Amino acid sequence: MSKSVDNLEKIRKSLSRRNRAEKRFRFYGVTAVLIGLAAVMLLFTDIVSKGHGAFRIAYLQLDITYDQDLIGIDNLTDPQQLALGNWQAMPKVSLRNQFPDVSGRKDKRSLYGLVSNGAGFDLKDRLLENPLLLGDSETLWVLADDDIDTYYKSWLDGEPYDARLTAKQVAWIHELHDQGKIRLQFNSNLFTRGDSREPEQAGIRGAVMGSLLTLILTLLLSFPIGVSAAIYLEEFAPKNAWTDFIEVNINNLAAVPSIIFGLLGLAIFINFFHVPRSVPIVGGLVLTLMTLPTIIITSRAAIKSVPPSIREAALGMGASKYQMVLHHVLPLALPGMLTGAIIGMAQALGESAPLLMIGMVAFIVDIPGGFSDPATVLPVQIFLWADSPERAFIEKTSAAIMVLLSFLIIMNTSAVWLRKRLERRW
Amino acid sequence: MQATNILFLILGLGCFAFYLGRGRSLAIAKPLGGIRHLHSLPSYYGFHAALWCALPSLFLLSLWMIFDDLLINSMVMDALPAASAPADSASYNLLLNKIANLADGILPRSGESAALITAADQMLNYRVVSRWSLTALILTLSLVGMAWGWSRTAPLFRARPVVEAVAEKILLACACLAIFTTLGIVLSVLFESIQFFRSVPAFDFIFGLDWSPQTAIREDQVGSSGSFGAVPLFVGTLLVSAVAMVVAVPIGLMSAIFLAEYANKTVRSYAKPALEVLAGIPTVVYGFFAALTVAPFLRDLGEGFGLSVSSESALAAGGVMGVMIIPFISSLADDVITAVPQSMRDGSLAMGATKSETVRRVIIPAALPGIVGGIMLAVSRAIGETMIVVMAAGMAAKLTANPLDSVTTVTVQIVTLLTGDQEFDSPKTLAAFALGLMLFTVTLLLNIFALHIVKKYREQYE
Amino acid sequence: MNQNASTAGTKPAKEAKPEAMQTLELTDNEATVGQCFTDKPKMSMRNVNVFYEDKQAIHDVSVDIAKNEVIAMIGPSGCGKSTFLRSLNRMNDTVDGCRVEGKICMDGEDLYAPKLDVVELRARVGMVFQKPNPFPKSIYDNVAYGPKLHGLADSRVDLDEIVEKSLRKASLWDEVKERLHQAGTGLSGGQQQRLCIARAIAVSPEMILMDEPCSALDPIATAKIEELIEELSENFTIAIVTHSMQQAARVSHRTAYFHLGRLIEVNPTEQVFTMPAHRLTEAYITGRFG
Repeated sequence: MSKSVDNLEKIRKSLSRRNRAEKRFRFYGVTAVLIGLAAVMLLFTDIVSKGHGAFRIAYLQLDITYDQDLIGIDNLTDPQQLALGNWQAMPKVSLRNQFPDVSGRKDKRSLYGLVSNGAGFDLKDRLLENPLLLGDSETLWVLADDDIDTYYKSWLDGEPYDARLTAKQVAWIHELHDQGKIRLQFNSNLFTRGDSREPEQAGIRGAVMGSLLTLILTLLLSFPIGVSAAIYLEEFAPKNAWTDFIEVNINNLAAVPSIIFGLLGLAIFINFFHVPRSVPIVGGLVLTLMTLPTIIITSRAAIKSVPPSIREAALGMGASKYQMVLHHVLPLALPGMLTGAIIGMAQALGESAPLLMIGMVAFIVDIPGGFSDPATVLPVQIFLWADSPERAFIEKTSAAIMVLLSFLIIMNTSAVWLRKRLERRW
Repeated sequence: MQATNILFLILGLGCFAFYLGRGRSLAIAKPLGGIRHLHSLPSYYGFHAALWCALPSLFLLSLWMIFDDLLINSMVMDALPAASAPADSASYNLLLNKIANLADGILPRSGESAALITAADQMLNYRVVSRWSLTALILTLSLVGMAWGWSRTAPLFRARPVVEAVAEKILLACACLAIFTTLGIVLSVLFESIQFFRSVPAFDFIFGLDWSPQTAIREDQVGSSGSFGAVPLFVGTLLVSAVAMVVAVPIGLMSAIFLAEYANKTVRSYAKPALEVLAGIPTVVYGFFAALTVAPFLRDLGEGFGLSVSSESALAAGGVMGVMIIPFISSLADDVITAVPQSMRDGSLAMGATKSETVRRVIIPAALPGIVGGIMLAVSRAIGETMIVVMAAGMAAKLTANPLDSVTTVTVQIVTLLTGDQEFDSPKTLAAFALGLMLFTVTLLLNIFALHIVKKYREQYE
Repeated sequence: MNQNASTAGTKPAKEAKPEAMQTLELTDNEATVGQCFTDKPKMSMRNVNVFYEDKQAIHDVSVDIAKNEVIAMIGPSGCGKSTFLRSLNRMNDTVDGCRVEGKICMDGEDLYAPKLDVVELRARVGMVFQKPNPFPKSIYDNVAYGPKLHGLADSRVDLDEIVEKSLRKASLWDEVKERLHQAGTGLSGGQQQRLCIARAIAVSPEMILMDEPCSALDPIATAKIEELIEELSENFTIAIVTHSMQQAARVSHRTAYFHLGRLIEVNPTEQVFTMPAHRLTEAYITGRFG
């Protein structure tokens, strides 16, 4: 067949071009995947490299004298005296003793700038815990100012950043360093304190508590409601227009931008129902509405995966439909539902946009203790810190992100583990 | 008594009613010769009593919670002497706030007019009365319900069907919450938007070219025309979303194709979850990354080429948003690509097509509706994305199509308008709801359309 | 019984065999009977073994296929006839973990040589599948797919001509010429399968493999396809796997009987169905199992 031979010639001629195209296409595919993976790597390394430093913070060794006259206090139980005490004078005096040559207002001010503005209050707390110290003196490690901290860390890393320091301050730091009187310690403030304007004083405890309270409420509301809705739709709902309408609504809500839920919360919960602003209650309500579609959709999938034979077996034994659902379907579908709930909670934990709308973006120093205390949440805290101009907050923000990401990683891996461990294959 | 305490009271009474009802049914069954002489299991009688006890009270409680404030407010305001009565709705709210603050002790009482002090006292008074009457009412209602439910317990009483019917209604109510949520969204944004459109014509809002809401908070400029033209925001949103799509669509699609068609099992089992990590990262983290790493990098890079790149460029925000959307597109595309039947691949390969020819000429066309649907969902997500643009895009509304320039978006403006001052009826805050209405409408249409396409597509191969 | 099988070294089959087959166990060293080889084969297989992961699906098959011959492959399900067919145009490459040993040559050229391009091979050896699988494109585009891929048409006119010729050869032209640009998936099952045949012959292959092409079709459509196969055999070499012995009897020149991954007997069709040479073949065509 000449035609066939002729064709074969043509095919052979086109082969090298087509194989090149094939290789090119494959290369694009590999590149796309690699770009995605590189983005993951880049993001994580960027955050870690920016944030790892925040877990340690600079302390200065100072000789502190708890001088009654200096502080202006003689009775540690008098709240008025405690409130008015000149606590910051203690580190100041100690610094002056350390560097006796310093004179002049300007130089003194920059000398005082070595320690944190909150150092005096830390000393006050220490004094209140050990009242016998009053009048005594001791050698202590005192929190350094954030600029000092930033400079000291960057200098240790070999790239000194001294933009916010005076030349003298730099010299003092080096002197302290040579004497071994400045060092990096574990930054426990980060985990034990609430927000602060001073980077070296700021911690994520308040935000973590706020997140915890908000999430507890979200879970308590969204899991039962979501599971109930899923049970209804899978087991009881008649096939009619109303059910279809519910379904369409759920699917759409899953794709509605989260900020819209914030608007809903602001208009309905705060302005109409007068729920107070900034509290975990309103945050929990908004996040409940937001995560509900996710939980309903995953719960439905879990219920669907229970084979009909089990249902028939239960009904055949004379169980009512409720007994069938409660005794058989629900226990079997529970792992899948829990997985969905964890995923929904992870989503809620990372969410910040709707919470900005309902005032959880306020600057809150106190650690919330209940559902109706003003609070912020971890992602919003990150947003607030990221907006702060102080350089030390970059490090803090990255550290808070690392904490947030570790929570999320724990939640997601436990969801995967749960699915692998408990989910039954039919 | 506090509302939460009342709630716990009701729940406690409900549990008590459960035990009473169950106990009574057991007691009745004993002389008859065991519980099989009852129509339903004892716990159903318990539930029956508990439902009677708790449901009406809960219903009353929620109604009360919704309406008592409104009622008290209007009673207080009506009682105000004519001299201090408010003239219009704006001053009504202002005055009401003031009285409430006086009542709560947030504002000092000294120096306020006697009428207001009286009103504040009255408000406190009414509140106490309301709380106590509510407590009394609920307690009565619960006890009566409990007694009724308890008294109905009898061997022939069909408790199970009753309980189950109520349970089904409760389940239905949970399912309907989705509808109420949608309704709540629609009503809240629509209501505030209508108020907004009273002071700023809708036409000027949708087609106006100038956006400067800051000027409008000054009294003399309220509703001044031209300051609420949202076109620059729409353009900015589209620009950022377009950049995001330019990044996300090719990468997401190609990686889905590679993972579905080329990669072997091992590669797939590692690469897929690794890519999905991107989807689990909170948007605030992306925002931080965009603002502090990508934007400065792009600016420096631009300087190297002699380009002026804004440090809040649409490119940085959009690019990072694109990275966020990659896994979204790739997993949706993966779904639709693997849904294309193997016989299509076989048919094409058996014709002597290479793998890439098969993908491009058979699989992609076959999967196109699904892919388009997925991309539309991704676009809707990009339009509604907030944190990345809030942190990395600008505030100034600029009408530009240059991705190196700084633009602002609808979501950024919603956040800035609502996190600043919170005077609820200024056009400035209402504008945020009008923007929200726009955002909701557009994303809703995109979602409905996209979900419809995807569903149709799935059905085709099922 | 299973013990017997394993001591004999046979791979235990997946499905449990019915009692009646006990006497029909085949032994390992059983050679293929019948006329396996021809002088000038279009395609020749020697000692072919096919594995899926570590499961052996085809054991030591050697056979020739002559030019312009229709060879039918029959056998009980799971006997490996489809696997064997798919190894002839290397469609098995698409299955993860599939491995082919032995030698398969077309016109003396080794199909599994490393330098051989499967694209070219598949253009030369077309395939029609069990379930009609037209692409979700128009009828025209379905047929034009192959010629476009391989650059066989120099112009639109050329392409039109190829499409018409192929559809005519597949005796589908008259039924679809009015609606060439409608979706191919809108055709009836039999028409779809003929469309797939037209699609396969549009690139003028030298050989066509058919994997149970009629199993998803009704009797009337089946009759049309069978008629078509007979016409096509004038120009093409055809290997057809079929589940239906009647079909094999109607369309093929030679018939190969597969059993548990082994080629038991190859003989002219008439002979296989009238006086089978092997007891297993006999048992199969007399309906003792299948």
